Amino acid sequence: MSQDVADLYCKIDQQRDIPIDAEFCCSAGEVLAVVGPSGGGKSTLLRMIAGLTKPERGEIRHGDCQWFNSETHQYLSPQQRHLGYVPQHFGLFPNMTALENVVAALDHIPKSQRQSRAKDWLERVNLHGLPDRLPANLSGGQRQRVALARALAREPSILLLDEPFSAVDRETRERLYLELARLKEQLSIPVIMVTHDLNEALLLADRMILISQGKLLQQGTPREVLTRPRNEAVAKQMGLRNMFDAHVVAQEEDRQITWLKFGEHLIASTYFDSLDVGTKVRWVIPNQGIRFNSITKGRLCRSFNKLNITIASTLAMGETMRIVASIKGVKHHLNAEVPLHLAQKLGLAPGMETEVALKSELIHILER
Amino acid sequence: MVPLVLPPTVIGYYLLVGLGSQSWLGQLLENLLGQQLVFHFSGLVVASILVNIPFAIQPIQRAFEAVPEEVRDAGACCGMSPLKVLFRIELPMVWPGVLTALVLCFSHVLGEFGVVLMMGGNIAGETKTIAISIYDSVQAFDFASAGQMSLVLLLFAITALALTTSLSRRLGGMNVSRRR
Repeated sequence: MSQDVADLYCKIDQQRDIPIDAEFCCSAGEVLAVVGPSGGGKSTLLRMIAGLTKPERGEIRHGDCQWFNSETHQYLSPQQRHLGYVPQHFGLFPNMTALENVVAALDHIPKSQRQSRAKDWLERVNLHGLPDRLPANLSGGQRQRVALARALAREPSILLLDEPFSAVDRETRERLYLELARLKEQLSIPVIMVTHDLNEALLLADRMILISQGKLLQQGTPREVLTRPRNEAVAKQMGLRNMFDAHVVAQEEDRQITWLKFGEHLIASTYFDSLDVGTKVRWVIPNQGIRFNSITKGRLCRSFNKLNITIASTLAMGETMRIVASIKGVKHHLNAEVPLHLAQKLGLAPGMETEVALKSELIHILER
Repeated sequence: MVPLVLPPTVIGYYLLVGLGSQSWLGQLLENLLGQQLVFHFSGLVVASILVNIPFAIQPIQRAFEAVPEEVRDAGACCGMSPLKVLFRIELPMVWPGVLTALVLCFSHVLGEFGVVLMMGGNIAGETKTIAISIYDSVQAFDFASAGQMSLVLLLFAITALALTTSLSRRLGGMNVSRRR
């Protein structure tokens, strides 16, 4: 592809209508997921990058080219920004066939080459043999592919995807994940993908920004944000349900461990240097840090903390079992999701007293 | 939108007074066109346009409102100018709405009575329409002629209604498929 390869820098400060306060960068070749609850301003942010909505203040820069700068009153239209945009419901032109939809985006190349180039792009997104179909006669997944082909056919400077998988069924979505993951390797432009689904971000994004009520709460790799949420608001947005209070009882700088007194338990967490002994803290652990089988199998190693629990309730949900358990000496319950086959193997049932292991490196102390 | 709620006779009265030779506008138009508009076929055309504009605007407006914003956005991001989006995407999408408006207007004009009588009078060969002819025939107890002319207008109205319903359904169907 012959795209103009450059990073995208975006800083938006808007107070009126839909407030947005965000500053981030998306490097060329990187997929950045914009994650957050519905109505949080994600799509508005994407529209601002596309030039479809003018922000109040800020700067949007692609490489050295200023797309928007409130200080210098610079503002480029979507046509001038030369970008690829896939709206939530794909925005296909209903009066045009799949091929014509792609051709419509090719006004930057000579007319004689447009048909063949459009056909090439439809092939590249695995839409074979359907160029003459109207969007109304295509399935959700096929429409998504046409919209993606149309966006990429422009050889855009950046690619913007607004909830690209929300309008397709689960099976199609799984297939499209794979296709986008493959396509990602061929793209050397910044790709910004809006999604409210955290799993999509974990699967496809190199980095993510978390937005809620227009405010950027945290940015980093999806794993970083999931395992090292900055504060309680981020932890909640990331769906972390296990948040507990504890006291710092010791700091071991050489072993990089912060010891916490949690109910009757003493647990080791990742080292947090700014905390004094005696400080009250809030800590969090993602589901993958909770192990049910390590202790019974005798495989508990030093990086795990042992916790005595009593299972309060279980709920089978598809292939997993949701477990709520009380912890000895602690008011709050522990929530965990265990693969159903493992739960059955271990005989996990309400009333059962057992031990779980918490992985030290996944215990994270939240900022106050 | 005022013509939608005003009685046709009242609209006709104001047009008669406003465009008549006694008014400054009527005199100005008479000087420009070389003939007066009232009691003349051209006056009926002007009056029909003025009265029927709201009937045309509503279906056209509805048709444009039915075009999803995403489609316009996608057009802009495909490099199309707003004018190009209008001609290449929006107009092909809204044509059933525009045609519905034209059919509605034409059938409405054909049956117009109050405005036509006030503005054009009842001059045979100049401003006498079918609707007025029906009225004249009834006044002269010629029910056979009135019945025949009424049947023509009735058939025309049914055809127009069938056409507009079919076009509206087509437009509605397009919107549903777009949102699926």
